[in-house]
Amino acid sequence: MSEENEALFSKKNIKLLTDPLDDNNPITVQVLGICSALAITVQLKPAIVMAIAVVFVLVFSNLIISLLRNLIPNRIRIIVQLLVVAALVIIVDQVLKAYAFDVSKQLSVFVGLIITNCIIMGRLEAFALANKPWAAILDGFGNSAGYALILVIVAFFRELLGSGKLFGYEILGHKAKTIAESTGLYHMGYENNGFMLLSPMALIVVGVIIWLQRSRNRKLIETN
Amino acid sequence: MNTNSNAYTFTFAIILVIVVAGLLAFTATTLKPLQEENIRNEKMQSILSTIGVDKSRDDAGKVYNDFIKKELTLKSDGTIDENPIVKAFKINLKNEVKKDPTKQRYPIYIAEIEGKTTYVVPLQGSGLWDAIWGYLAIDADENTIVGAVFDHAAETPGLGAEIRETWFEEQFIGEQFLKTTGDFSTNSFVSVRTVKGGSKADDLHGVDAISGGTITSDKLSIMIEERLQRYLPYFEKN
Repeated sequence: MSEENEALFSKKNIKLLTDPLDDNNPITVQVLGICSALAITVQLKPAIVMAIAVVFVLVFSNLIISLLRNLIPNRIRIIVQLLVVAALVIIVDQVLKAYAFDVSKQLSVFVGLIITNCIIMGRLEAFALANKPWAAILDGFGNSAGYALILVIVAFFRELLGSGKLFGYEILGHKAKTIAESTGLYHMGYENNGFMLLSPMALIVVGVIIWLQRSRNRKLIETN
Repeated sequence: MNTNSNAYTFTFAIILVIVVAGLLAFTATTLKPLQEENIRNEKMQSILSTIGVDKSRDDAGKVYNDFIKKELTLKSDGTIDENPIVKAFKINLKNEVKKDPTKQRYPIYIAEIEGKTTYVVPLQGSGLWDAIWGYLAIDADENTIVGAVFDHAAETPGLGAEIRETWFEEQFIGEQFLKTTGDFSTNSFVSVRTVKGGSKADDLHGVDAISGGTITSDKLSIMIEERLQRYLPYFEKN
C-alpha cells in the first residue's frame, strides 16, 4: 500500500491519537506542561477551557507547521514555530475576552502562557516538522487530549476536595457559618481541605496519577 | 530551491510576519467592541451589586441607567469637575491613585432606588500580592454603609482572596465611617477597619478580619480609609 492511499484512520494513525492518552502521556510520561497543570486546576471549568484552548492551539500549530515543513528555513525554524504558536494563542485570548469573559478572567495570564507550554513546542519540533499534515493533526489532537485528560482529573479532585464543588455546584452540601445550619456532609462536621487549593497539592495529585498509571502499565517503569 | 540561503530566509521571515500581523490586527479590531462592552458591563454589574441590585453581566448594562442617576467627577476640594471630557465612568482609578491627591479626580456614582439616594464610592488599593479594588455604597445620611463589593487580582486563595466573598462583604452593611453623622472633620472620621480576632458587636467602625489573611485585611482597611477621606469635602458640601 502506497502512502498516498493510506486510510485516514489506519492502525498507525490511530496509534498517534491514542498513544499520548496513556503510554506516552505528555504530562505523566513525558512530564511536559506541568506548570499549567498546577496553575489552573483549582476548578473544573477553567481547566476545561484551558484544555480546549490547548487542543485548538496544538492542532492548528501542528497543521500549519506541517504544511510549511518543506518551506521553513532550518536556521529560523524555532522562531517560525514560536510565531505561529504565539499568533494562535493571541487569537484564543482575544476570542475568550470577547465571548467567555469570566473564564478569560480566571485563566488570566495562563492563556498567554500556552505559548511557553513545552508540549506545543515539543510536538512541533519532534513531530510536525517531519510528518504529513493529517498525521500532524492527529498527533496534535492526541497529545493535547492527553494533556486535557490529566488536567480534568486533577481539577476534579482539587475542586471536589478543596471547595466541595464541581463546576461551581455544591456537591457535598452547603457550608454555612455554623455546623447546625450546614447541610450534607458539612452537617456531620466535614471540612474542606484548603490545602487542595494550593499548587503543591496539584503536584501531589499528578504524582499519585503517575504512580497509579505505572502500577497498572508496567512497561512505563524505568529500569536502570 | 535552497531553503538555507540568506535571501530565502529573510524573504520567508518577512512574508510570514506580515501575514501573521495582518491576521492578528484583523482579529483584534473585529473583537474589540465586544471586549470593551464586557469590561463596561462588568463595571456596571459591580456598581449595581453594591446597591443591592443583582443582575447578570449582560443585564447590568441594560438597567444601569435606571438606577444610577448621576455620575460625577470630583476634584480634591469636593467641587464637581464640569469638564465634559472627564467622564466619571471612564476614569481609570488604577492610574488615578498614582497621582498627587490634589491632582486626582474622584468619581462618585449617585443611585436612586425608590426615591432614596445612595452614593457609590469606588475603591482602589494594593493588597498583599497585587491590586485590590471595590465599591462602597453609602446611605443618604452620608455616613452609614449600605453595601460593599470587593475584588482582587491575586490574593491568596482561601485566605486573602475571601475579601470577595459575601460573608465578608455583608459585614460592612450598617457600619459607619464617622463618629458623628454630619460631622466631616478629621476628628470625626474613623473609617471602617478590619479587626483581627473579631470586632465587638457594638463596634460601628470595625468588621471581622479574615483569619490567615491579616495582611490583605489590613491593606483593605488602608484602602477604605485612604479613599473615603477624599470624599469628605464633597459630602460636607452636600
